Amino acid sequence: MTGRKLAGFTIGLLGTFCLAGCSGTSSILFPASPNARATAQLFNFVFIIEAIVFVIVEAALIYAVIHFSRKQGSGLPKQIEGNLTLEIIWTVIPSIILALIFFVSLGTLRTVTSSPPPSSLASAPIQVKVIGHQWFWEFDYPDLNIVTANQLVVPINTLVNIDVQSVDVIHSYWVPELGGKIDAIPGITNQTRFQAEKIGTFTGQCAEFCGADHAQMRLTVVVKTHEEYAAWVKSQQAPVPLLSGDASLGEQVFMNGACIGCHTIDGTKAQGKVGPNLTHFASRDLFAGSILANTPDNLNQWLADPQAIKMGSLMPNLHLPGNNIQLLVSFLESLK
Amino acid sequence: MTTSQGTIAFPQPSPTGIVRWLTTTNHKDIGILYMTTAFFFFLIGGIEALTMRLQLGAPENNLLTAQAYNQVFTMHGTTMIFLFAMPLLVGFGNYLVPLMIGARDMAFPRLNALSYWLLLAGGLVLYSSFALGGAPAAGWFAYAPLTTSQYSPTHGMDFWALGILLAGIGSTVGAINFIVTILNMRAPGMRLLRMPQFVWQMLVTAFLMVFAIPSLTVDAILLFLQRNFGAVFFSATQGGSVLLWQHLFWFFGHPEVYILILPAFGIISEIVPAFSKKPIFGYAALVYAGIAIGFLGFTVWAHHMFAVGMSPLADAVFSLDSMIIAVPTSIKIFNWIATLWGGKLNLKAPLLFAAGFIALFIIGGFSGISLATVPIDFQVEDTFFVVGHFHYVLFGGTVFALFGGFYYWLPKITGRLLSEKLARWHFGLMFVGMNLTYFPMYILGLSGMPRRVFTYSMAQGWGTLNLISTIGAFTIATSVLIFLINFFTSQRKGEKAGNDPWDGQSLEWTVSSPPPAYNFAHIPVVSSRRPFWDQKYPPAGSQPAARVEVEKFSGERLSEGSFWPIIVALGLFIAAFGMIFSFWVVIPGVAVVFYGIIGWFREHF
Repeated sequence: MTGRKLAGFTIGLLGTFCLAGCSGTSSILFPASPNARATAQLFNFVFIIEAIVFVIVEAALIYAVIHFSRKQGSGLPKQIEGNLTLEIIWTVIPSIILALIFFVSLGTLRTVTSSPPPSSLASAPIQVKVIGHQWFWEFDYPDLNIVTANQLVVPINTLVNIDVQSVDVIHSYWVPELGGKIDAIPGITNQTRFQAEKIGTFTGQCAEFCGADHAQMRLTVVVKTHEEYAAWVKSQQAPVPLLSGDASLGEQVFMNGACIGCHTIDGTKAQGKVGPNLTHFASRDLFAGSILANTPDNLNQWLADPQAIKMGSLMPNLHLPGNNIQLLVSFLESLK
Repeated sequence: MTTSQGTIAFPQPSPTGIVRWLTTTNHKDIGILYMTTAFFFFLIGGIEALTMRLQLGAPENNLLTAQAYNQVFTMHGTTMIFLFAMPLLVGFGNYLVPLMIGARDMAFPRLNALSYWLLLAGGLVLYSSFALGGAPAAGWFAYAPLTTSQYSPTHGMDFWALGILLAGIGSTVGAINFIVTILNMRAPGMRLLRMPQFVWQMLVTAFLMVFAIPSLTVDAILLFLQRNFGAVFFSATQGGSVLLWQHLFWFFGHPEVYILILPAFGIISEIVPAFSKKPIFGYAALVYAGIAIGFLGFTVWAHHMFAVGMSPLADAVFSLDSMIIAVPTSIKIFNWIATLWGGKLNLKAPLLFAAGFIALFIIGGFSGISLATVPIDFQVEDTFFVVGHFHYVLFGGTVFALFGGFYYWLPKITGRLLSEKLARWHFGLMFVGMNLTYFPMYILGLSGMPRRVFTYSMAQGWGTLNLISTIGAFTIATSVLIFLINFFTSQRKGEKAGNDPWDGQSLEWTVSSPPPAYNFAHIPVVSSRRPFWDQKYPPAGSQPAARVEVEKFSGERLSEGSFWPIIVALGLFIAAFGMIFSFWVVIPGVAVVFYGIIGWFREHF
């Protein structure tokens, strides 16, 4: 009685869970790249096999528990010690199923760990370096002389070859809708690649515990059309524009303050390497490890006390006076 | 041939009260010490879990800061594995193995005591960190270089390393004790393939411990040397290797999870036949499957490292090995179901928990197969999918087996039965709560939620499932409370158990509940796998059961305990604090250790 009720309850719950959870951002089951799609298909294949075996074995268990606990006659049940045939059957069948899963997975493994043949590519691949820092992601485009952070901008249907590195502890680069993860390990350059099949913004997150703000080390991959991407590259390569008014005053506050110790703005005396490169800061939708939307309000709060938002962050509270903060915000939001 | 000796009255051990407990070398006392201490740490680890679940129950929650949360999840994992699950299983082993093999104690009683005191010392060292500068906060598997002093500047990781070292020494010598005891002290006639399943699984587990724990010991020492003496084992820029930590850790870490599950398998293999009134189905298959799992467990460690950038060939090899292990595991599951099949099931609490174990372990095992599939692992590694997987096998598995074992053997240990009614409430709430807590984690992992995150944003859409999981956690907590109420009330007014409340099959049920200090008045002579069962229900066509007693108690003096083990442990405990804070303190610590060792060898035991 107990068993049947529990079984029914569990099945009902499972259904509810699936409905509740099979949506939302950054799901591996909503792939936006060929590799992610191959992996999702493999997951479904393995899951279906597991579900079938699950139903059969659990049914046998539940049946046995319910049926053989019913009132029976006196005397002992048959004292069976074993059965060699059964042992062989239930050794061979699982082995065959597991071998099947393994060999099918080899194909997917080869797909996701190798580059597609050059002849199959619609456009020339691009090269990106992804560098993990405590607690933000740096993105370099070495061929284009672009250094940015938090947002990785790529064109659609283009192979993106990635070198993954870390400057401090182990991080892991992961954007679920675009493919599996690869660790960023100090002293090692790991390689991965993806091709985005859809326009849009895809969220990722550091997937290896890396210290205090591991939970706040996110990133987005922004997939643009080829034209939009070309325009983005051009604006990223452009020098810092001539500023006036508050923005210009803000620039002076920046260049004369502690900011330059950690941040770089290309073409200026700010060449610090600890924090993210801020050259085209205003072109990004998110900042602070991609946990805050890039709005003047949020920027104001961050500059007033970064530790209150991201405790442990390597950016100290500089106790900047309020009007300096406003000037800095004007400056940073002018860096398009 | 029956002797007519009757029962010999043996003197009870003379120390009483706290002195008895501090100096005991009796395997049953030590088993009780282990079980009580381990259960206490279970409650602490559980409170840590509830704290985490409260923090994660809502997005952008601020109950705990990031730093506090990171300490809590580190201590939760470290506590549950090293201070709860391993010691509780060893506690069962300590209590039951000599009884099950017809022996009077373990081979090395004082070493047995030392194992326990080192566990306690290790736990105290670890937990003192909260008050002495902060607990470790780099996760229970403590990856370098995050754990080096540059990135973990407080003493937390030093407490972790030394706590692990102390407890690890205890486990290693304990494992040696089990191996020698099982191989040398079985009653006459108890060939290896006549031993109870639980004894077999403890034997395999002990071998796993002996070969796996040293890898962790070395790793912890290397970390301590790097943190405190300028060693560069894990420094990428100075000729060291960051991944060295992971290889050494997981070479221990994977056998460790089999250390945590094999004794649980053994408990299930004892409960299921007893409550089916049949022999265990496929005794030899279960033995060989256990040995296979133990051996294969050493070949799969890098499946915890699929995403570090090893070659696809290396990934594939570890994937294949990990899938192969599923075969002996599933053999066990089928044999348990076949034991139930055709039996006359006594659906009491031990069997409920055993059936729950099988049902939940299957789910956990399947998610393990998904994880062993490399491309899938590339996606779900380091997410809540993994957290769901190992909680299904460790909670649905090991914890359910432990509670089944409690309901089965506490009457033997205490002499009182527990309330069956409260036990059913416990089971029902724990089964439902466990699924509510851990099933959403599979979905959260698939939805992109990494593990070891102190919070997540509203936009990520993980709030509902996390809330369900938190509700489940409190449901589990309620069920544990019911168990505690059951335990304490039954000690006062529970029904007397008698020596054989469950119509048992093995030797521990032939003695009183609780057993006398000397276990058996006459060492039994064994001629089958189920010596007690065959005595009660002689197999048809066999000779009438004759209690052939060849060996009589020759009057050897029962040990009255020794205080040298606790002194050695105390010395190491002092030295541990010296290693962390001031090397001058190591000197008296080591002096106490030597004093203890010399006294130990000079003692007439």
